[in-house]
Amino acid sequence: MTISADHSAPDQAQRLPAEDAVSEAVRKFGITVEDYMLPARHQIQMVDPDGRLKAESEQGTEPGHEYPLPADAELLAAYEQLVIGRRVNDQNSALVRQGRMAVYPSSHGQEACQVAAALCLSDGDWMFPTYRDAVAVMARGVDPVETMTIFRGDWHSGYDPARHKVGIQCTPLTTQLLHGVGVAHAAKLRGEDTVVLAMCGDGATSEGDFHEALNFAAVFHLPVVFFVQNNKYAISVPLAHQSVAPSLAHKAVGYGMAGERVDGNDVVALLAVLDRAVKLAREGSGPLLVEAHTYRMQAHTNADDATRYRQDSEVAEWLAKDPISRMKTYLTGRGLLDDDGAARIAEKAEAVASQLRDGLGEDVPVDPQELFRHVFSVPTPQLKEQSAMLADELAREASAEESPK
Amino acid sequence: MSPTITTSSEANGNVSAATARAAASAAATVEASGPQTVTMAKALNTALADAMQADPSVLVFGEDVGLLGGVFRITDGLTKTFGEQRCFDTPLAESGIVGMAVGMAMNGMRPVVEMQFDAFAYPAFEQIVSHVAKMHNRTKGAVKLPMVIRIPYAGGIGGVEHHCDSSESYYAHTAGLKVFTPATVADAYRMLREAIDSDDPVMFMEPKKLYWSKDLVDLEELRAQHAANAAAGTSSEGRAAVARSGTDATLIAYGPSVPTALAAAAAAAEEGRSLEVIDVRSIVPFDDETVCASVRKTGRAVVIAEAHGFASVSSEIVARVQERCFHHLAAPIRRVTGFDVPYPAPKLEHYYLPGVDRILDAVDDLQWEN
Repeated sequence: MTISADHSAPDQAQRLPAEDAVSEAVRKFGITVEDYMLPARHQIQMVDPDGRLKAESEQGTEPGHEYPLPADAELLAAYEQLVIGRRVNDQNSALVRQGRMAVYPSSHGQEACQVAAALCLSDGDWMFPTYRDAVAVMARGVDPVETMTIFRGDWHSGYDPARHKVGIQCTPLTTQLLHGVGVAHAAKLRGEDTVVLAMCGDGATSEGDFHEALNFAAVFHLPVVFFVQNNKYAISVPLAHQSVAPSLAHKAVGYGMAGERVDGNDVVALLAVLDRAVKLAREGSGPLLVEAHTYRMQAHTNADDATRYRQDSEVAEWLAKDPISRMKTYLTGRGLLDDDGAARIAEKAEAVASQLRDGLGEDVPVDPQELFRHVFSVPTPQLKEQSAMLADELAREASAEESPK
Repeated sequence: MSPTITTSSEANGNVSAATARAAASAAATVEASGPQTVTMAKALNTALADAMQADPSVLVFGEDVGLLGGVFRITDGLTKTFGEQRCFDTPLAESGIVGMAVGMAMNGMRPVVEMQFDAFAYPAFEQIVSHVAKMHNRTKGAVKLPMVIRIPYAGGIGGVEHHCDSSESYYAHTAGLKVFTPATVADAYRMLREAIDSDDPVMFMEPKKLYWSKDLVDLEELRAQHAANAAAGTSSEGRAAVARSGTDATLIAYGPSVPTALAAAAAAAEEGRSLEVIDVRSIVPFDDETVCASVRKTGRAVVIAEAHGFASVSSEIVARVQERCFHHLAAPIRRVTGFDVPYPAPKLEHYYLPGVDRILDAVDDLQWEN
């Protein structure tokens, strides 16, 4: 392994990351550093809730915050993933009700964020998801059943993060953002052009690791896109109790990075904003923060009762902003999607749902000896003793069952 | 967060900031061949430099570890030798340091991070417990985290609050962490090299009062030994050492308490009592074999540790020895530990720390009349 020589020590020490961003902003966009780092005054929205492409002047863009319409092929691929994602969310919720999954934090309503998070990345890039980002993990190419293992109850995680370049679906809030920062840092030291997309929710921005991750990424000038899905609730606590900042995207300027707000139910705008963020990060502009405004349509998990803390009218309001029907209207209107196309996509979604039913429906045999096998690379003498003790206990149980008194 | 090392009023081996500077400048000098007088600080510094030399994926970072060389100068000269991309300062955020190290270890690096002082590592506790310790198990071994978290720990230097905690029990209690603590200059080199070589995460607890302890060691020979062990796939990792042989009772100690135990054994010898001293070295994994072999031989044991005794590494050692050696014991196992009080202010620490007299009192209590 070699470490790239272009990060020579004295130069790096003297040059402030913010200066890079300044020169980048000035060179590329002809705007001030403040205008580069502060989000545009309005969220970026390209397709409205009725599925109509908005006029460019109405999209919320500003000089230096301009977003070209993503290519048709990308939009169609996104729509397919949206439909699959919705089907997966609803299938999993059904499996929980049937007792075949322990729990499932559904991203129903947030599928546009999930899909865009996966599609904006290239093969060599990394994603660091949370427990609510199963659809994003799948859209990134991880096997559906492996993705859901965490919720099936036979192990804590079901896929190899290194193979898929997808971190584990992380439960302790924002701790994974720092892992993303470390992955990006290692890649940068080796001179690789990896970009990391690190995900969290609105409530998580209150955590200390959110601050530490953004600050580290900025100070070390790392190619990390922080993607906050602001779904308005941290279990029951609304955003107003987490932060009184003008927006979560405004937090970026405090770290010396660029922030942007986007309609999180408009997959067209999400792809435009995230594609640009990933491109800027890859080109060396340092980290960026993207806040997507979306809504958690269902309860936190099946164990939660959302009627205790929010009004049905609020949910109904967001139902009208659904990301999937909006995209379907838009693509149909553009002539990119017809009934046959929609049927083919529905079939694919059904196939994934069936895969999940089969994979999660079957009783997975568990091996109690696995408890000891992976604690360390090589089990300690103490773990070997405990493993033998359990094996003996099970053997005695088995023989007692075979020869009842 | 600035370290405050005050001059201690204590005479028994404590050092002043001036001595720290002297040790640091000694650590920076180039060693000659053959046995030399070397401080533990120098041995650790050499181990880091050798590991970085041997493997470009070894990175060192933390607070003040770059230009300054760390507040204890353990990373002295590394930035100069290996450049700012291999040894660098981070923002003052311990969770950030450890969390970033996790990501780097996931992506091909071997980070060795420094927590400036024991109590300053607590902001990183969530990363350590929830990820460093669990990632390998969670992913069934798909993700290995070859990383070392170095923590200067324990007291005896007259430090103010938050600079003298014995925090090893927190880490030892967490499944998935190896916990090493050297007590000699040669072990400091050997064990840090082994910790860096380990594919599993290691909490490397450095007894800060021993940083300036000296010994006659041949660093060139230690380096060659390490290379030979690495080539042969053998190492002493996880093994306790018999620091002094004896026949009448066993003193079991680790880290900062080992020299105290040796001093007690020397004093007991003058009174005609032969004490064996076991240096645990590796708290996790624990070397039941060496410890229990000694206790079976002597039939009596005292466990010595600076940490509070309640629910601690010392209580674990007593439990393990009792379970395995009960029929060899001529007396209940005694402990000499720190009291169950927050670490005292500098002028009170000598009341708290296990000392030779307290150890000898415990030895006297081992029912010799039977």
